[in-house]
Amino acid sequence: MVVESRPSAGSRAKSAGPGPTRPARRRRGAAQPYTLYLPAAVVYFVIFAIPTAMAFYFSLTRWTLFESEFVGLENFRDFFEDQSLRIGLQNTLIYAVVTSGLKVVFGLMLGVLLTSKLRTSGFLRSVVFFPVLVSTVAVGITFSVLLRPDTGLVDKALALFCVSGTDWLGSAETALLSVALVDVWKGVGLATVIYIAGILSIPPSYYEAVAVDGGGAWQRFRHVTFPLSWPATSSVVLLSLIGGLRSFDLIWTMTRGGPGFSSDVIASIIYKQYQAGFYGLSTAGNVVLFVLVTLLILPLSWFLNRKEVAS
Amino acid sequence: MQISHRRLGGAVAAVGMALTALTACGSGGDSADGTVELSFLVDNSETTLSQANAVADAFNAANKDIKVEVETRPQGTEGDNVVKTRLSTGEMSDVFWYNSGSLLQALNPERSLADLTGDPVLSKVEEGFLPVVSQDEKVYGVPIGSATGGGILYNRKVYAELGLQVPRTWAEFMANNEKIKAAGKTAVISTYKDSWSSQLFVLADFYNVQAAVPSFAQDYTANKAKFATTPAALTGFQHLADVNAKGYQNKGYGSATVDQGLKLLLEGEGAHFPLLSFTLPPLLKDNPEVATDIGFFGVPGDDPAKAGATIWEPAAVYAAKGTEHLAEAKEFMAFVASPEGIEAIGKVSTPTGPYRVAGAKLPDDAIQAVKDIQAYIDAGLSAPALEYLSPVKGPSLEQITVAVGSGLTEPAEGAAQYDKDVEKQAKQLGLSGW
Repeated sequence: MVVESRPSAGSRAKSAGPGPTRPARRRRGAAQPYTLYLPAAVVYFVIFAIPTAMAFYFSLTRWTLFESEFVGLENFRDFFEDQSLRIGLQNTLIYAVVTSGLKVVFGLMLGVLLTSKLRTSGFLRSVVFFPVLVSTVAVGITFSVLLRPDTGLVDKALALFCVSGTDWLGSAETALLSVALVDVWKGVGLATVIYIAGILSIPPSYYEAVAVDGGGAWQRFRHVTFPLSWPATSSVVLLSLIGGLRSFDLIWTMTRGGPGFSSDVIASIIYKQYQAGFYGLSTAGNVVLFVLVTLLILPLSWFLNRKEVAS
Repeated sequence: MQISHRRLGGAVAAVGMALTALTACGSGGDSADGTVELSFLVDNSETTLSQANAVADAFNAANKDIKVEVETRPQGTEGDNVVKTRLSTGEMSDVFWYNSGSLLQALNPERSLADLTGDPVLSKVEEGFLPVVSQDEKVYGVPIGSATGGGILYNRKVYAELGLQVPRTWAEFMANNEKIKAAGKTAVISTYKDSWSSQLFVLADFYNVQAAVPSFAQDYTANKAKFATTPAALTGFQHLADVNAKGYQNKGYGSATVDQGLKLLLEGEGAHFPLLSFTLPPLLKDNPEVATDIGFFGVPGDDPAKAGATIWEPAAVYAAKGTEHLAEAKEFMAFVASPEGIEAIGKVSTPTGPYRVAGAKLPDDAIQAVKDIQAYIDAGLSAPALEYLSPVKGPSLEQITVAVGSGLTEPAEGAAQYDKDVEKQAKQLGLSGW
């Protein structure tokens, strides 16, 4: 498509060739569409570009919201010296990788299942998608209750199998992973929908070809569904990885980064600085998060897109 | 193009006018019949609002020519920002209700608040309260409502049942814990989901710190004394670790909330709960036994003769520097800090601790824990919490105390982490000497 469209665009430009009145009309014609961008551009600049630029400046200051004092890179030094930062960085990466990995695995599995000829697939699709519609904070509060030691539903269910549960959100070993699993429960519906769309767009002729060659279900999945739904996979990975790196609401509702600092992620550390009134410092944290997300996502997106084109 | 320019210009003008209109709405004013209206900004929590309304109504009834109107703002950090914004833009209400101690220091009182030093408004305010509403020897506020005690809430029925005595030293406290644990009950309730509650062993130990090192608050503010290197201050962190190491905490303490902890305490499942006394009066409605069953003692130290308690001072009422009705504002403040004002508040809410106004007595039906706290104050065995004496308070203490109290961090390491946290805060506040 891309290769084809280029010459045609070029030829159209040529065919609109020179005439005595053309240049003037063309200039006016060229300016007008841009003025139509203006409202959007103003909105973009006022509520996005300018605050972003200001954030970079305020990250270099000690800021009380009314007065700011330029302190150079001191905020960044303080932010990196924060003793919870190391564990926060580590947790952010673990959280992002675990949630996006599991969303890919479960999303693909559910996607395959729900595109097969199940009688209840319409109903099941709604069921799988339902958690996406619920507010994250509500999910967090609900699961905090379900995961309570002894009295929570999860521990009661485990007790039926003679497994004694633990204090899922209250002990340092399990807190982060418990939250990550709830995040997967909540987010897998979206991944599934992306996969369903991806799988349904695969032409049936490929499956017929596998059938002709005598391939079974595994071959269909291995050689057709998985490779041809790669665009869906890359969308799911990118979206859930970015979401995971920035994740805050669920962690904050369920553990507030605790116990101690054991489930802190970068976003919760930044929020705590803001809460403490360290506006410059928390802005510096946001700049760090921005750079980190960019550094991780740009190459990944480039890699995934390249693979997409290749496949 | 021209038309859209004109339209754009019109839109800009409209926005501009809207902004002018917004900023033009000033505070308070005189109504036609000569009564002065005094705006009074308070936070929107149920307790605060009912107390503010009670004191305003009582004042309005007694003063025909002044009318106090209560206004509300959000609570917490958001509310702090509202107060700071309105003060710095000159849009503050005539009088307002706000924290005393370190949060007051952040308001830049010298520039934004009316100075009350030496004013008769303060005549009935207890001397011990003044430092927490002062900066550089100038006084800015009067206390409203009651103080709160920080220490150990205990179930008196459990104590009677097991034949225990109120401990006067940490060793006695630990011996009690051992007996309570042997009786199959939770000795020390911990509720780390509400992480603020984990700080009590450190913060409420300040009475003992001050008894051992009287200059600690001053040196600490001046960056000369540290928690990690002052043995008396380090003790609080050590206590947290000791209680954890002995297994005295309730099961699932890591995800328990304060409400759940209070339930354990009330039902006698748990005997001790290190907490602030303000949590008790709201329980009275559904559990009248709170008034008699729950007692209070300060976090025990080493010297049985000096066993005392740490006090969280009440909030205060301040007047904005720019108010046009300073005389009326002072009249109202004098009423707030008088036995009559206290009585009005006492009608709508049970005190959470002693009052800080001379001549204001606790009602006879005050809850037992509050009577216990009053006894410490009457005996002169109390000290304000560190956050009232020093603007330096690190924001991460509650996470650090959870980590120490869960056995994740060694006490000495926790204290050192807190010292770093404090340093960060002091630098952000731009305090001298850091």
